Amino acid sequence: MRFLRRFLIRLLNFATRQSADQRLQEEIAEHLAFQTEENLRAGMSPAEARRQAALKLGSAEAIREHHHTEQSLPLIENLLFDLRYAVRMLLRSPGFSFIAIATMALGVGATTAIYSVIDATLLHPLPYPNPAELVRIVDNLPGVGAPDVGISIPEWRDLESSGIFQSVSISSTGADVNLTGSAQPERLGFKHVTPNYFAVLGVDAQLGRTFDPHDATPGYNLEVVISDGLWKREFGADPHIIGKALRLDNDVYHVVGVMPRGFRDQGSTSEEQNTELWLGAGMAALPFPPPQRGIRLESRAVTARLKPGLSIAAAEGHLDALVESLKKQYPAEYPVQSAWTVRLIPLSETIVGSVRQSLILLFGAVGLVLLISCVNVANLLLARASVRGREIAVRQALGAQRMRLIRQLLTEILLLFLLGGMAGFAVLFCTQHFLLRLVPESLPHLNDIAVGGGVLVFAVAVSVAAGTIFGLAPAWLMSRVDLMGTLRQEGRSSSGTRERSRARQTLVISELALSLVLMVAAGLLLRSFWDLFKVQPGFNPARVMAIQTWLPGPNDPAADIYRTATQESVLLREILRRSRSLPGVEEAAVGDGAALPLGHSHISPLPLIREGLETKANQAPVIGGSIVSPEYFHLLGIPLLRGRLFNDQDLEDTPQVAVINQAAARTYWPGQDPLSKRVRLRLDPRDMSSSDTPPWTTIVGVIADARTESLADAVIPQIYRSVYQRPAKDLAIFLRGQLDPSAISAQVREQVQSIDPELPVFHAETLDDVLSTSLSVRRFSMEMVAFFAATALLLAGLGIYGTISYVVNEQRRETAIRLALGAQRGNILKMVLRRGLGLATAGAGLGVAGALIVSHLMAGLLYGVSPTDLPTFAGVTVVLTGVALVASYIPALRAMRLDPITTLHSE
Amino acid sequence: MKEKADVLQGTLALMVLKTLDVLGPQHGWGIARRIEQISGDLLAVNQGTLYPLLLKLEHEGSIASEWGASENNRRARFYRLTGAGRKQLLAETREWEQTAAIIARFFNVKAEDLR
Repeated sequence: MRFLRRFLIRLLNFATRQSADQRLQEEIAEHLAFQTEENLRAGMSPAEARRQAALKLGSAEAIREHHHTEQSLPLIENLLFDLRYAVRMLLRSPGFSFIAIATMALGVGATTAIYSVIDATLLHPLPYPNPAELVRIVDNLPGVGAPDVGISIPEWRDLESSGIFQSVSISSTGADVNLTGSAQPERLGFKHVTPNYFAVLGVDAQLGRTFDPHDATPGYNLEVVISDGLWKREFGADPHIIGKALRLDNDVYHVVGVMPRGFRDQGSTSEEQNTELWLGAGMAALPFPPPQRGIRLESRAVTARLKPGLSIAAAEGHLDALVESLKKQYPAEYPVQSAWTVRLIPLSETIVGSVRQSLILLFGAVGLVLLISCVNVANLLLARASVRGREIAVRQALGAQRMRLIRQLLTEILLLFLLGGMAGFAVLFCTQHFLLRLVPESLPHLNDIAVGGGVLVFAVAVSVAAGTIFGLAPAWLMSRVDLMGTLRQEGRSSSGTRERSRARQTLVISELALSLVLMVAAGLLLRSFWDLFKVQPGFNPARVMAIQTWLPGPNDPAADIYRTATQESVLLREILRRSRSLPGVEEAAVGDGAALPLGHSHISPLPLIREGLETKANQAPVIGGSIVSPEYFHLLGIPLLRGRLFNDQDLEDTPQVAVINQAAARTYWPGQDPLSKRVRLRLDPRDMSSSDTPPWTTIVGVIADARTESLADAVIPQIYRSVYQRPAKDLAIFLRGQLDPSAISAQVREQVQSIDPELPVFHAETLDDVLSTSLSVRRFSMEMVAFFAATALLLAGLGIYGTISYVVNEQRRETAIRLALGAQRGNILKMVLRRGLGLATAGAGLGVAGALIVSHLMAGLLYGVSPTDLPTFAGVTVVLTGVALVASYIPALRAMRLDPITTLHSE
Repeated sequence: MKEKADVLQGTLALMVLKTLDVLGPQHGWGIARRIEQISGDLLAVNQGTLYPLLLKLEHEGSIASEWGASENNRRARFYRLTGAGRKQLLAETREWEQTAAIIARFFNVKAEDLR
């Protein structure tokens, strides 16, 4: 406290340049007068009295200095002096300053850019209060190889009353709903959620209210909460929106609240995060299946808020105990072989988990670029040390302390780094809109990326840290001069030089090693991307477009005009007939959302019960299922291998049939003929309210594997059913032919709405685009790493060029003597090149070792290429050595062309 | 050498505070002379070192100063103890006594006591 007070007063004195000198002078004068008087009383002569008084007081100058130090803050005063001096020094060699500042601007700017992405995604993944308490609850049946099987309502109630969570909510993972009654039927992203959903997230409405967390309505409570975006777009920010009725899929809901601006829903896809409607539902009555323990609600996200202070590990411990007691209580529902477990995942993980590795890789890559920039600048500083050796020697000769010199040199270096950092930030700030366009849209929280205060703090912190770390050694080495030698020999060949040149070589070697690591990483990513790009997807996306529509699904099944496959098929056949007549269309097919290759976000795995291996639905393995029209396979060019495809006789009232892919045949009927095997599949939860046993479905055909789920995953078991046997609500219309992407959407809409004007038509895209979007994060990280690697190579080249030039310059005299004594010019060239090659070899050796470690760490990001891929390593080493040789060739030429006479004369 | 100066710096501050406590407001020379008299010239400090210390104590809020007239009508700067200074003096006195007591106990220990 006292210290603080003293510091503040001193700071104030410093800032106001207030000096107590006058006061001290007066006090000293008065002190001397008192003492002289006393001395006179003691019998001294006046002159002696004054002399003794002054002696007793001590050196007035020392006191004044001491007093001034006490009055103000000498450390800051010196810093200001040093800064002023540093600015003068930087201005005196503008070329050096510019290069150093530009290098740092590049390093810090790039690092800051990637940091701003990481800040928005990895560091702040959840825009909710106390995000650490939020978890996703996942039910697994590892015994039957079924992860994330969903939750049943009784289990949800068990979790709610377990005492582990403040609250547990269930939400759908996002779906579409038709908003009708406005000018154009609109398809909106919605989620149905348990009424406590917003209470779990901890976000309240900006207008009206969210759902009452204690609402116990079993089905839909017919209340809707809307997003700020929808409120402004569709309702003109109407302040009286509360209580208004919305017709969604032909049911009437009442608006109870508007979420605040900037509220983003949780979820891994941007579609989920951009949800615009939330419907409250207890999920225990129509249209939901009855609340039985054996009936799991699939593709639902269970989100919960942990009791405060409870760690995830501790909560999982409690959960395990709960699961054990439930297994004992309901042995029929939880058979031993399915090994039911419940796991918790931090909610942040579900949002950014997929891109974390890519982002960390990018951050690592950019960190290496920063490191190389720093090394380069340190190298430049050391080069300058030889120029400034004389200046430093003179200052030392005049009595400057070494510590003081180091402090001053460090100030200079820090200023350089800070200016570089600021320049980098400024460039980033000005170009952020352009740069953001390079970021793939599939990145979560893309819209939250901002170059603002936090990022500025980061840039400054990085610059200062880098400046301190990389400035200390050069400052220390620079301040270490052999005084006599330097002053006598005009600042050359002092004892510090050898150390400095060793330091410079170490720096260059590390620079080369670091850039090799980056280049290997970039090379491996490039090869992975290329392999993925060239992979045979197993289907032909060329000239195919998909256009989506959504059939309304009213809560009362009786009101649904497309309830049965027969009812729906009338619509579908008409849509197909009209689509084929559109200009350019050669083929047309329909499928559900899951049939959209690579583009769909809602995977709904189906429990697969095989005849002869009958188990309960909640213990069966799960399989990806799609519903398609018979033309689908031909349109996408997926060949039939065995049996038959769907035909016109497969209708709702004929036996159910299905087509599987080869992966499914291999996985579920290994060594057997899958044809005419029978399975039970569940599709529509509404089925469950009527009967517990879905009908048998017969496998009639096997198609070739196609990478419709993920380009990187070779084969995932799939089962296909005919849309004329199983109705689907989320439809995609596939068209092949010479299509005009800009016009096709309107043409299809016109055709579809001339059949049913209530249907929305949206999201037309070519499959080629879908394919390329599915690679966007990979492409982004590959491009960025390649860019960083190129930068690193350039910097390393400059570094080796600088070092060799410096060495050549140092040895000018020696070279001239050799030449004068008759050395071959070719040998001089070789000698210098050997030096460059030596540095390159050392750097490459270290780099390969480092790259091996890094490539193994990033193995998860690679596809089709081994982390120790020899061609990549060899190629990169050759390129690096080549660059090093070229960079040393220029100074080597200079050494070779040296004129011995002029050189020796000028020395 | 430096260590000794440090010790002196700490004890000097205590001496200044105590002097002001006993004598009331004093000017710089008065404080210096009093310290010299009491310590019996054992502390042959340059009197000048007192002034930076006075400034420090004033910055810390332990003492305050103002111009006034001395007994022989000379203009002088008078230092006086503040409330905070009095508290500091009390605390430091207690600490000092404790330290002194401990050290004294150490010095009084004889070899046979430890056996």
